[in-house]
Amino acid sequence: MNEQAESIAQLKEIRSLMERSSRFLSLSGLSGVFAGTYALIGAWLAYLKINQFSSTLTLRSSYRSDSFDYDDLALFLVADASLVLLLSVGTGLFLTLRKAKKQGQKIWEPVSKKLLINLLIPLIAGGIFCLVMMHHQLYGLILPATMIFYGMALMNAGKYTLHDVWYLGLCEIALGLIAAIYPGYGITFWAIGFGVLHILYGSIMYFKYER
Amino acid sequence: MKISIDDLNKAFESRIRLGIMSVLMVNDWVDFGTLKELLNITDGNLASHISALEKLEYVKIKKQFLGKKPNTSYAVTKQGKKAFNDHLNALEKIIKKST
Repeated sequence: MNEQAESIAQLKEIRSLMERSSRFLSLSGLSGVFAGTYALIGAWLAYLKINQFSSTLTLRSSYRSDSFDYDDLALFLVADASLVLLLSVGTGLFLTLRKAKKQGQKIWEPVSKKLLINLLIPLIAGGIFCLVMMHHQLYGLILPATMIFYGMALMNAGKYTLHDVWYLGLCEIALGLIAAIYPGYGITFWAIGFGVLHILYGSIMYFKYER
Repeated sequence: MKISIDDLNKAFESRIRLGIMSVLMVNDWVDFGTLKELLNITDGNLASHISALEKLEYVKIKKQFLGKKPNTSYAVTKQGKKAFNDHLNALEKIIKKST
């Protein structure tokens, strides 16, 4: 039965090379866990700030509505989101570099370039779209839009990295659409989408590929 | 029970040629350096296997200039794709015959 063993070995090698040459495999699932944790903390802080804001608003309802307060709140939320993003990307890069080193792979290769382009274009488009919405004061749909664009970016990038990312993108799009239908629960959906789902998928990927 | 190893393509009897074809099947154009890195072999080794595949018209070649540097890249041909897929089918048949 030597032919069987050899054929199986050949097929394994073929599949492995096909994967390695067309997908960026050094992505670490742990980065998802960290990103999700940062997002949950960020969502919690945003929730507290908004609560504090709406309670002071009712106290001041007799005075003119300060655009100050809205700007202060908006600034806080933007800073909050940016910090979560920065920490997530930073941690993700660090963990990915570490995994690549362990696998003996470089992280900057043609595959990573393809991955980055396919990830960043929908993401940046989404970011600009959200800024435009802010400009038009369409605040209710900003959080759902971030999730939908993020999900599409992930589905696009999923072709060039671990396939699980593709499914995460699908979930984000679904969640974003539901969030759009129930605008009052923006932060909750955001916490689920960027927090819980990331921790879930991150752990699945970590235990699937790295343990 | 006769196991039909006759369907296996002799051209792919080398691990390196299998590797080259595998990579080219899932990427459009792959340059020499990338292939060399992925397969972890020397320039000469890669060059000789590629020219063998080229002679069989399984692989086509594109030479261009990136700025001032010459860049050679390779892609699989239609015949190459068919030959490789036939080879994969033959491999799977052999494996299935054991179950």
